Amino acid sequence: MTKAATDTLSVVVERDIPFPAEKIWRALTQPHLIEEWLMKNDFKPVVGHSFNLRGEWGGVLDCEVLAVEPNKSLSYTWNHTHEDPAYNLQSVVTFTLTPTGRGTHLRMEQSGFAPTQRQAYGGARAGWENMFAKLEEVLAKTE
Amino acid sequence: MPNAHDVLFKTLADPTRRAIFERLCRDGEQTVAALTARAKVSQPAVSKHLAALKQAGLVRDRHEGRQTHYSAQLRALAPLLDWTRRLAGFWENRFDDLEDLLRRMDQ
Repeated sequence: MTKAATDTLSVVVERDIPFPAEKIWRALTQPHLIEEWLMKNDFKPVVGHSFNLRGEWGGVLDCEVLAVEPNKSLSYTWNHTHEDPAYNLQSVVTFTLTPTGRGTHLRMEQSGFAPTQRQAYGGARAGWENMFAKLEEVLAKTE
Repeated sequence: MPNAHDVLFKTLADPTRRAIFERLCRDGEQTVAALTARAKVSQPAVSKHLAALKQAGLVRDRHEGRQTHYSAQLRALAPLLDWTRRLAGFWENRFDDLEDLLRRMDQ
């Protein structure tokens, strides 16, 4: 419970996927594949490359590749700049792939939202809520 | 609910106040004097932080003689946990789509 009160808040989602790491790596790093499960993008697996993730709801995320270790790990910033500081979001997303006997263990950690930064904590929350609200709208329309 | 969220996030955004709250979470009920002894700020400053925490519902006070004892109210963190659950939900959905994609992809 005290996790919430630490300097950085992070969310971890893990899943065992019955496919080899090489195949998952392609889905994580090839723009036309990333678009199919995440968002439209101009991603390149090159450290320092700046790119955008564009949501169907019109939201744009500013990202920069921080680390690339083929078939093992990928890390990039996941920032949402908004003129209203309450909607700013600063975070880092890291994917880690670990081979298992039956496929690959995929782990995603999104961290950031340092509450010591003015507005960042509430901003991160507002940014995500906005995003979820829009996401829900989109999903409701497609159903 | 948005107001409850805002108060909670803003209250925990101050590092000194957060340290006081964490101490109460870790060590249980304490007096202002005990908290001040471990904090890097004066007793009036600690009292001010405790008042803010109390207003956000994060601590509860109990008077005993001339002493006031404070304790953490973990239930007040529920909106924060709810938010992280929703963020995790976003990624769970993305992972569902990723698995669908992997099933469709050539080896």
